[in-house]
Amino acid sequence: MTNSSSPLASEPNFRLNYVADWQAVKETQEFANGGDSMRVLVIEDDIEAAAYLVKGLRENGHTVDHAVDGEEGLGLAMSAPYDVMVVDRMLPKRSGLNVVAAIRAEENTTPVLFLSALGEVDDRIKGLKAGGDDYLTKPYAFAELLARIEVLVRRSNPEQVKTRLQVGDLEVDLLSRKVTRAGVGIDLQPREFRLLEYLMKNAERVVTRTMLLENVWEYHFDPQTNVIDVHISRLRAKIDKNFDVPLLHTIRGAGYSLRATG
Amino acid sequence: MCRFCTRSAVRGIRFVRQGNLLNTTTFRLVLIYLALFVTSAVVLLGYVYWNTAGFLARQTDEAVQAEITGLAEQYAQGGLAQLVHTVIQRSRDPRQSLYLVVDARGSILAGNLDRRPAATLGPDGWLDFQYHRRTMDGTEEHTARARAFDLTDGSFLIVGRDIQELRSIEQLITSSLAWAIALTVAFGLVGGVIISRNMMARVDQINQTSRNIMRGDLSQRVSVVGSGDELDQLAESLNNMLDQIESLMVGMREVTDNIAHDLRSPLNRLRTRLERALMQPGATEEVRTELERSISDADHLLSTFNSLLAIARAEAGSQRDTLSSVDLSELVRGATELYAPVAEEAGMVCTVDIEDGLSVFGNRELLVQAIANLMDNAIKHGGQADGVPPQMLVRAYKEGRKVLVSVSDNGPGIAEQDRKRVLDRFVRLEVSRNTPGSGLGLSLVSALAHLHSGELTLEDAEPGLRVVLRMSTTEV
Repeated sequence: MTNSSSPLASEPNFRLNYVADWQAVKETQEFANGGDSMRVLVIEDDIEAAAYLVKGLRENGHTVDHAVDGEEGLGLAMSAPYDVMVVDRMLPKRSGLNVVAAIRAEENTTPVLFLSALGEVDDRIKGLKAGGDDYLTKPYAFAELLARIEVLVRRSNPEQVKTRLQVGDLEVDLLSRKVTRAGVGIDLQPREFRLLEYLMKNAERVVTRTMLLENVWEYHFDPQTNVIDVHISRLRAKIDKNFDVPLLHTIRGAGYSLRATG
Repeated sequence: MCRFCTRSAVRGIRFVRQGNLLNTTTFRLVLIYLALFVTSAVVLLGYVYWNTAGFLARQTDEAVQAEITGLAEQYAQGGLAQLVHTVIQRSRDPRQSLYLVVDARGSILAGNLDRRPAATLGPDGWLDFQYHRRTMDGTEEHTARARAFDLTDGSFLIVGRDIQELRSIEQLITSSLAWAIALTVAFGLVGGVIISRNMMARVDQINQTSRNIMRGDLSQRVSVVGSGDELDQLAESLNNMLDQIESLMVGMREVTDNIAHDLRSPLNRLRTRLERALMQPGATEEVRTELERSISDADHLLSTFNSLLAIARAEAGSQRDTLSSVDLSELVRGATELYAPVAEEAGMVCTVDIEDGLSVFGNRELLVQAIANLMDNAIKHGGQADGVPPQMLVRAYKEGRKVLVSVSDNGPGIAEQDRKRVLDRFVRLEVSRNTPGSGLGLSLVSALAHLHSGELTLEDAEPGLRVVLRMSTTEV
């Protein structure tokens, strides 16, 4: 998302009926982390919102530190290593942008997700320019935030660049652009291929509809209709139909997850 | 509130075409002044004429009259003999008047005219005639003016003066007057044109600036020449007004930002609390359903709120500096690719006809959003005709200097009288009450069209609705 320079920053990152099926989300995340918990720093002055965020992250097995203002947040960020930081843009004492700019100046590359209630056009760009890796407009669904920080952490620890991706018996060759399941070739449209590629790269994690729209289509607006669902169901018809074990799962209220086991 | 004003103001104002010189107030003023000048010049010069040439003429006439009085006295005292004597004496002075005394038989008795002039008496009782004046080297033809009398003994007397010089002076003065008036008119006209041009250039400049400002660039100001004249004062007043408008708009934007912040934060908390309640174990299925519904209500509220903010931002024109050259063909193709499956899923037949190489000056994200809204609209309302398979037609093509994107459906369409109205906020027609939506979709597209200096029109697709987004091409 660092490569996106959309001026349309403020569209809501939530969807109608965006109510997470918590059990499913939790199971998926736990499975994805393989028990690995992340150290998360939350810098947020809204005590209630922060409490919820911290609680939610802890329930998902992560270690969370919380700072209530920019100064405290910067102090914590400088003193301990974190896997990811969630930073509100408007903070007392020191703005979120300022905090991130300061830690980036120290060559600290910890991924940062900005939270903001600001609705101005270039806020997203400003946030990304200041060193943020992703930007989420309040109010957000917790599932959306969780899915995004999972992806941020994974992206900041890249495994070797793979040219072949595999989930269960589904295989994708990124060079020849061939897709096979259980040895049977599957024909995909270019956009379906990109959709599958993104799902495969984030396999066993939850990806939200907004994340798919941003990363596969590179659009940053709220499409109102369930456009993504239609594309997913088309992809599902190609990769899951005629096979006993479904790979592409719908996580109710959160998004989708591609994984080999139920 | 201001949003509405801005909109209607921009729509309501029609600019007068580049001014015709003759039509300008300045030029009309110049003409009036010119007429006044010419009149006063004529009066003034007339007075000068009367006081110079006229004065000389009157003096001549008076001198002749005095001579006549003198000669009449001589004649009364000594008869013809004394008159002849006096005339002979007076005729010796060459600068003196002209005389001629002729007896009843027609022979010249005295005087410095060589013959009786052939001219007839003028209406004023004076005789204007040519005569030969003796000079050092022969004679010259000169103009003279005289009075003639028949005396009681049958003889005839002429007394007059040479007015050759007077006539020259008169002519000189007359031609000077004519030239003076001609020059006044000429300089007046040329000066008028120059002044009007000058004024027009400055007024045009003010107009141009106003137009730019109305297109959304509020940072522009009318330039002040520094002469402190009326136009400068006008420019300064305009600039002060613009400063006020700008600070109001900045204030409004701040208010919007604050509302965004102040309203979103509590909504965020509300949503968070609902989500947290949902996470609690032990909630019954009924409670969960209620909570889920509340969350989607909150989401709907926020979605509407966000659309309103997006419309406000588009109308404020603050995103104008994000516009750049955009490949519209590619963009429409991309949006269609995203939405066509949705249309097909809804049982629609989707036809796409996009010309290559269409380019406009725009913001990619906003244009995609606009076109997505149009397709969303067509998908929602297109399939309501009975018995006919629903269709959606997306076209992008060039028409002269304009690039058009049209999205048509074969649904019930919109009655002509409602077409303008549906572009307003929250207007939902009765027929679409049952479909989901906030009534802001087309308003947002209309605002975005405006931001791109384009136009959104609703037409009859016979049957159905065709929505056309018209923008200027960037191609040279």
